[in-house]
Amino acid sequence: MSIFKTFETAWCPGCGNFAILDCLKKALEELDKDPNEVLIVAGIGQAAKTPQYIGANTFCGLHGRALPPAQAAKIANEKLTVIVNTGDGDSYGEGGNHFIHAIRRNVDITHFVHDNRIYGLTKGQASPTSNEGQVTDIQVKGSHNESFNPVLMAISAGAGFVARGYSGEKEHLVQIMKQAIQFEGYALVDILQPCVSFNKINNYEYYSSRVQKLGEDYDRHNKLGAIAKALEPETSIPIGVIYEQQKKTFHQKNEVLMKGKVLVRDDVNFEMLEKYINELK
Amino acid sequence: MYNLLIGGAAGQGVDTMTAIIERILKRSGYYVFTTRDLMSRIRGGHNFSLLRFGNKPITSHSYSLDGIIALNDETLELHKEKLRSDVRSFILGDTKLISDDSRLIKVALVGIAKELGNPVVLGSVALGAVLKLFGEGIENCEDILKLFVKSEYIDVNKKAFQAGYNAVEARFEHLPGAEAQGIDDMALITGSKAVALGAIAAGLKFYSAYPMSPATAIMEYLASKMLECEIVVEQAEDEIAAINMAIGASYAGAVAMTGTSGGGFSLMVEALGLSGMAEIPLVVVNVQRPGPTTGLPTRTEQSDLKFVVSASQGEFPRMVIAVRNQEDSFYQTIRAFHIAEKYQMPVIILSDQYIGDSSATIKAYDVKQFVSAVANSGASDLGCECDDSYLRYRLTENGISPRLFPGNGSCLVTSDSDEHDENGSITESAVVRTQMMDKRMHKLKLIEPDLMEPEFMGAEDFETLLVGWGSTWGPIKEAIEVLNSTGDKRFGALLFGDVFPVPLKKIKELSIRAKQIVNIEQNATGQFGGMLREYAGVEFSSSILKYDGRQISAEEIVSKVQKGEWS
Repeated sequence: MSIFKTFETAWCPGCGNFAILDCLKKALEELDKDPNEVLIVAGIGQAAKTPQYIGANTFCGLHGRALPPAQAAKIANEKLTVIVNTGDGDSYGEGGNHFIHAIRRNVDITHFVHDNRIYGLTKGQASPTSNEGQVTDIQVKGSHNESFNPVLMAISAGAGFVARGYSGEKEHLVQIMKQAIQFEGYALVDILQPCVSFNKINNYEYYSSRVQKLGEDYDRHNKLGAIAKALEPETSIPIGVIYEQQKKTFHQKNEVLMKGKVLVRDDVNFEMLEKYINELK
Repeated sequence: MYNLLIGGAAGQGVDTMTAIIERILKRSGYYVFTTRDLMSRIRGGHNFSLLRFGNKPITSHSYSLDGIIALNDETLELHKEKLRSDVRSFILGDTKLISDDSRLIKVALVGIAKELGNPVVLGSVALGAVLKLFGEGIENCEDILKLFVKSEYIDVNKKAFQAGYNAVEARFEHLPGAEAQGIDDMALITGSKAVALGAIAAGLKFYSAYPMSPATAIMEYLASKMLECEIVVEQAEDEIAAINMAIGASYAGAVAMTGTSGGGFSLMVEALGLSGMAEIPLVVVNVQRPGPTTGLPTRTEQSDLKFVVSASQGEFPRMVIAVRNQEDSFYQTIRAFHIAEKYQMPVIILSDQYIGDSSATIKAYDVKQFVSAVANSGASDLGCECDDSYLRYRLTENGISPRLFPGNGSCLVTSDSDEHDENGSITESAVVRTQMMDKRMHKLKLIEPDLMEPEFMGAEDFETLLVGWGSTWGPIKEAIEVLNSTGDKRFGALLFGDVFPVPLKKIKELSIRAKQIVNIEQNATGQFGGMLREYAGVEFSSSILKYDGRQISAEEIVSKVQKGEWS
């Protein structure tokens, strides 16, 4: 049994979330993480139930708002391994602004987006990553909006680690997750995941015939090459680490934190306080 | 007591001149009270400061002027009617001003500054002249200049002070006895700085906010101290991120705060509920300005009260503290942190532009009495028998669940915005739902012994009771003194700081004795009057309501009360 425990879930049989949860636990175990040093953060959605099903520190916040508390918890205590597990609606729709600025801030957190390209919790409306033209109960004539490309967006906005995984390729996904967790800085893994109940287009067959693991010869450090990879039409979907470049993290740039300062349970600095009051005299 | 107005266009240096002269007067031993009236623009327009100083404590502004420094003709025309009819009253301006007002003293401010080789020092010429006019010396100007001016410009500014001083004759006399107050016991501080300093005194370690007038001064002060005090000050991408970050930091065990004005608070409300639901301590400062929407960005109002008392969906416990003056701003901020930590809930500090941007001399704070809010809260990982029996949301006898921090022991710490069981796992059980709601809402009962009753001032045998809250404290205090100084002392006042939950004891007791009760508020609907009606059953005879973006003065209150001009 996993030290991250097993729980009864509320996901549909066949849901890609099961595989992602398994991979997450496996990745953490293979990295020798202790549950008490791991913090799993989520917003709201089916993917965002992940913290409910893992034995670790957990923070289930508001819809779209997983990234801000995750970054702040890491800022407060850098000893925590902070991982956000949440969906495409949460990450790219409701929380789109936080996605941009988490990239810019580059706090050392890992962002696993369970991307099923549909709203599952609310029973099947278009998500930012739904295919253009996809028909739903709301988008009755098909979604008119272009499908959002999170990998392209993340690379161009300056993320240091951008990967795409697939829940149907578990061992491959575990290896990506491990690298993302170990990467120092903000790391995005967009995880393609069928939704067996509400997305009849992006199903297992759709992905199985399209995903292509990036080969040994692929240069993940070439930004323009990575952007070209991210722009490839969906006839073949590359999975793996698409871009990686080490850059200074928030902790390395922030003058208060760069020497390893932990903000938890700190005392009042009376000497300074007295000085500030004297400045007012 | 003297009253000076310094006015000019934005960018002409009104703010710096005010900061320098208020500090000089404070160091001379005076009590000082300065309000800032700013337009929401970077250049042009009309800005002014009102600076009162004297040898008795001053709690509010006044429009009855002894002197004006007019940096342009507009200032002169806009404010000359406010000069007292006293032969000594003056307007100080440059020789280029076109007015032929008999009270205008023309000094070649620009000419002298140019002669000294730096046109920027015209402000110092004016300050030197004005100090002379009020019968003050300029001995301590060098010490004060060092606080505001780069070292290479001290000398030219000193010369400018001297030149201005030489250019005019004294009109007023130095007020005696002012020095006796003990200069080193007094501090000069704005309300927003006092909030920031109070947060530092409570052990603040994380402040996230999005810039918004008039709350930005809090973030600016904290940023200026962040390295020395090891505080992370983070400008968030929006107010939603700001409050969610503060909650995340607090969950992890850092003393955290966010601050904004009404518009930003509107974006924060869902997360305010998260603090209540997930029982994560949080302090939110709302420095109010007039709404709705963008409203009057740089002006003052008290119209967010009913909003913050009920903001966010569902029901959860919260406390709202309205700060009443610059001293209160400091101590109440510390208290807000301690209450947030003790009861694991959000505490909202309501300030406003009037308190936030005004500076006042107050008794200097005694720092020895403070302890970090989180260290004092009982939240601890130390000595915890960490095993699977730890339940973050345990139902306990004292009504407060044990709060630990993630990663500081082997216990796992959960947190959930869904309704949850004792472990923090989602539940839809009717029984658990009711237990958890009862536990959270019971905090409003638990908190009662911690509530502070309003401050009473005035005559014990009052007939008329004035009721205010927050920033009307200063004007009402002064008005009560004036009203009771003549006639048969028939006025009392109750000034609330804690506004939610409403402390009921004094208002119930005093309202029965009053012949008439008048609520004085800076909003259009008498919001606190409505709350007192709801919670204390008090009916107000009349209201004095002001919502033009300018703080009510003692003179206005006195005049309205004496003439019965109320609604």
